[in-house]
Amino acid sequence: MAVRSVAVNRVPGFGAAILVAALVLGTLLAVVLRAESGRGLGPADWSAVRFTIAQALVSAVLSVALAVPVARALSRRAFRGRYVLVTLLGAPFILPVIVAVLGLLTVFGRNGWISQVLGLAGLPPLSVYGFHGVVLAHVFFNLPLATRLILQGWQDIPAERFRLAAQLGFGAGDTARVLERPMLASILPGAFALVFAICLTSFAVALTLGGGPKATTIELAIYQAFRFDFDLGRAALLASLQIGLAGIAASVALRFSGSGGFGAGLDRVMPRWDANAHWIRTQDGMVILLAALFLVVPLVAVVLAGVRGFGLIGYGVYYAAFLSIAVAMFSTTILLLLALPLAATIAVSRRGLVEIVGVLGLAASPLVLGTGLFIILFPIVDPFALALPVTALVNAILALPFAVRILVPGLRDVVKSFGPLAQSLDLRGWALWRIVILPRMRRQIGFAAGLGAALSMGDLGVIALFADPEMATLPLQMYRLMGAYQMEAAAGAGLLLLMLSLALFWLFDQGGRWRAET
Amino acid sequence: MLKLDKVTVQNGVFELNADLQVPTQKVLAVIGPSGAGKSTLLNAIAGFLPVSRGRINWRGTDISDHAPGARPVAMLFQDNNLFPHLTLAQNVGLGLRPDLKLSATQKGIVSRALDRVGLADLEERKPAAVSGGQQSRAALARVLVQNKPLILLDEPFAALGPALRVTMLNLVSELATETGATVLMVSHAPADARLIADQIILVADEKAHAPVATAELLDNPPAALRDYLG
Repeated sequence: MAVRSVAVNRVPGFGAAILVAALVLGTLLAVVLRAESGRGLGPADWSAVRFTIAQALVSAVLSVALAVPVARALSRRAFRGRYVLVTLLGAPFILPVIVAVLGLLTVFGRNGWISQVLGLAGLPPLSVYGFHGVVLAHVFFNLPLATRLILQGWQDIPAERFRLAAQLGFGAGDTARVLERPMLASILPGAFALVFAICLTSFAVALTLGGGPKATTIELAIYQAFRFDFDLGRAALLASLQIGLAGIAASVALRFSGSGGFGAGLDRVMPRWDANAHWIRTQDGMVILLAALFLVVPLVAVVLAGVRGFGLIGYGVYYAAFLSIAVAMFSTTILLLLALPLAATIAVSRRGLVEIVGVLGLAASPLVLGTGLFIILFPIVDPFALALPVTALVNAILALPFAVRILVPGLRDVVKSFGPLAQSLDLRGWALWRIVILPRMRRQIGFAAGLGAALSMGDLGVIALFADPEMATLPLQMYRLMGAYQMEAAAGAGLLLLMLSLALFWLFDQGGRWRAET
Repeated sequence: MLKLDKVTVQNGVFELNADLQVPTQKVLAVIGPSGAGKSTLLNAIAGFLPVSRGRINWRGTDISDHAPGARPVAMLFQDNNLFPHLTLAQNVGLGLRPDLKLSATQKGIVSRALDRVGLADLEERKPAAVSGGQQSRAALARVLVQNKPLILLDEPFAALGPALRVTMLNLVSELATETGATVLMVSHAPADARLIADQIILVADEKAHAPVATAELLDNPPAALRDYLG
C-alpha cells in the first residue's frame, strides 16, 4: 500500500547524512587542495601503489578461493560445534587487528610455534614480515567474512531445489554444475570486491607486518610522510591517490554486494542427498578442521602468551585501557546519534542515500580522514590535543556504514508493521522514538553499538597519526611495546585489549537482548 | 456527517471512485469482491491514501489534507493493532496521549475502558500474554478512549473464530452506541452485516456505491453483488 505520509521525521536523518558527507568530503577536499602535485609521484610512491594493489588482489583471491570449500562444507554438514564455528566466523570483525597480528606472529613468526618445530627438524624459521605477512593477516581477517557471505549464498538456494536434484539422481558434480556454480557466479564478484576494498584501506596490518621499501602500502606511506617527515604536502598527495583507488573499489564492491554477511539464518543445515559419498564427507571434515585451526590457533596463542605477560602490565597500559574505553564510549554515542536518524530516513526513503553513505564509509580510510582533519585543524588548534575526540569521531564515521546496514532492515519492519497504527494515534517526533522505535529496535541497536564500541576499542589508525608520546590508546600502547621488543608485556596488553573488546561487544549486544520483547 | 464528494483514490494502477454520504451514528458494512477497493476506501478516509480528485468533508470541514492522527477517525487494521512491547494499559493509554504522560484522571479512564471490555485484571499484561480475543478487546478499549466519531474496521477480527468474531462485532456495536460513533467495517460475511449493520456500502467495479439499508440490499442484490455472493 502506498502510504501517503510516514510518521518518521526525515529531517534529522538528512541532517546526519549532510553532516557525514560534509565531514568526509570536507576532509577529502582539504587533502586534495593541500596535495603538492607539482612534485609528482616518486619511485617510492609508485612502489607503494603497486604493493597496495598487489597485496589486496592476492589477499582477495586467496580469501575468496579458500572460502568456497569452507562455505560448501559448512552448508552441508551438521556437526557438534557448528554453531560455535559459524559464530566464530563473525569474530574477526570485532577482533582488534593488532591482537590478531600478535597471534599470527606467535604462531607463524620467526620465533613462533611453527618456526620452532621447523627448527627441530633443522629447517630455517618462517618470516611473516613483508608481502606474505600482510597477505596472511588479510586472509585471516577476510576468509571468515568471505565464508559467511558465500555460506549465505548456499543457504539462499531453496531446499526444494536440492530435493528435486535428489529425485533426479544428481551426484555432487551435477549439483555443482546446475545449482552451485550459478549461485557462486552471482556471489563471488561481490565478495571479492568487498575483500579487495577492505584490504586496500587496511592500515594496522601494513603498519605492523609491512614496512620498508618493498612492503609499504599507500596508507602506510601517508603515515610515514606525516609522522616521520611531517611532509603534509606529500601525505595529502598520497591521500588523494588513496581516495581515488578506494572510491573506485568501494563503488564496485557496493554494486555487487548484498547484506554484508550480517544476515541471520546461518545456523541451518541444508539436507543433501548428493554429497554423502565417503570421500566427500572426509574432504568436508578436513576443510572444516583446517579452517577452524587457522582461526582458533592464533587466538589461543594470544591467550596463552597473554596470560604469561599479564603480570608485566604496568600503569601505562592500564591508563591506555582507560582512555580506550572512554574513546569507545564516546565513539559509540556519536555513532548511534548519526546512525539512528540516518537509518530511519533511509528506511522510509528510496535507495540512494544508503549507497552514498556506504561508499563514503568504505572509501574513507582512517589515515585519509585523519590527514584531512589535521590539515583543517592545524591552523586553528593544536591537533595533538584533540587526538582522542578526533579518534572517536573517525571511528564512528568508519563504523557508520555497518551500523546503518544493521539498523535499516529492522526499521523498515517497524515502519511497515506499526507505521499506520502510530500515525492513526498521532505518535510523532520524540514520542515515536521513545515509545515505538527504540523499544522495538533494542536488539539491532545493541548489536550495532557493540560492533561500534569493539571497532573503536581495537582501532589502530588515526590515533597513530595524532597521538603524542605521553598519550596512547590501548592498541597504540601495545604497538609501542611491540616496537620496543617488550613482547611479553605486549602480549599481556593484547589479552587485556581482546577481553575489553569482546566484553564491550557482549555488554551492548546482551543489553539489547535483555528482556527484549519480540 | 461524512461526505465523500466526487472522490477518486489512486492506489498504484488501481482507481476507486466514491460520491456518497455516510450517516452519523450508524453501523455500515463495506462489502464487495476481493480487490474491489474496500480497504482503499477506508485508507482514504483514514488519511493513509491521498485523494487525487474530489474532497472528503466531515461536518462541513474539508479534511482531505489532514494527517491521519488529525482526522476524526479511530481505525483498527488487519493486524498490528497493539504494540507488543507495551502493556495493555499502555496500549490503551496511547489513545489518550501519544507520549503516554498520563494524569491520574487519564489512568482512571484507561482502567474503566479495560474494565468495560472485560480486561480488568489484565492491565499489566503484554499482548503476547493474552489470547487473540483479549487482544482484540484491548484494541477496542483504545478505540473507546480515543472517543473519535468515526470507527473504521479493516477486518481486525478476521483471524478469530466465527463465534468470537460475532462477539467482537456485537461489542463494537455496543461501544458505538454508547459513544455515538459511526462504524464503517469491511466484511466478507453477509451474515455479519445482517447482524449488526444498519446499512451497506457496496464496493465493486472501481466504485463505492451510496449506502443502502442492509436487508434491502441483501434481499435484492444487484448484479455485481450477486456475482460476489454466488
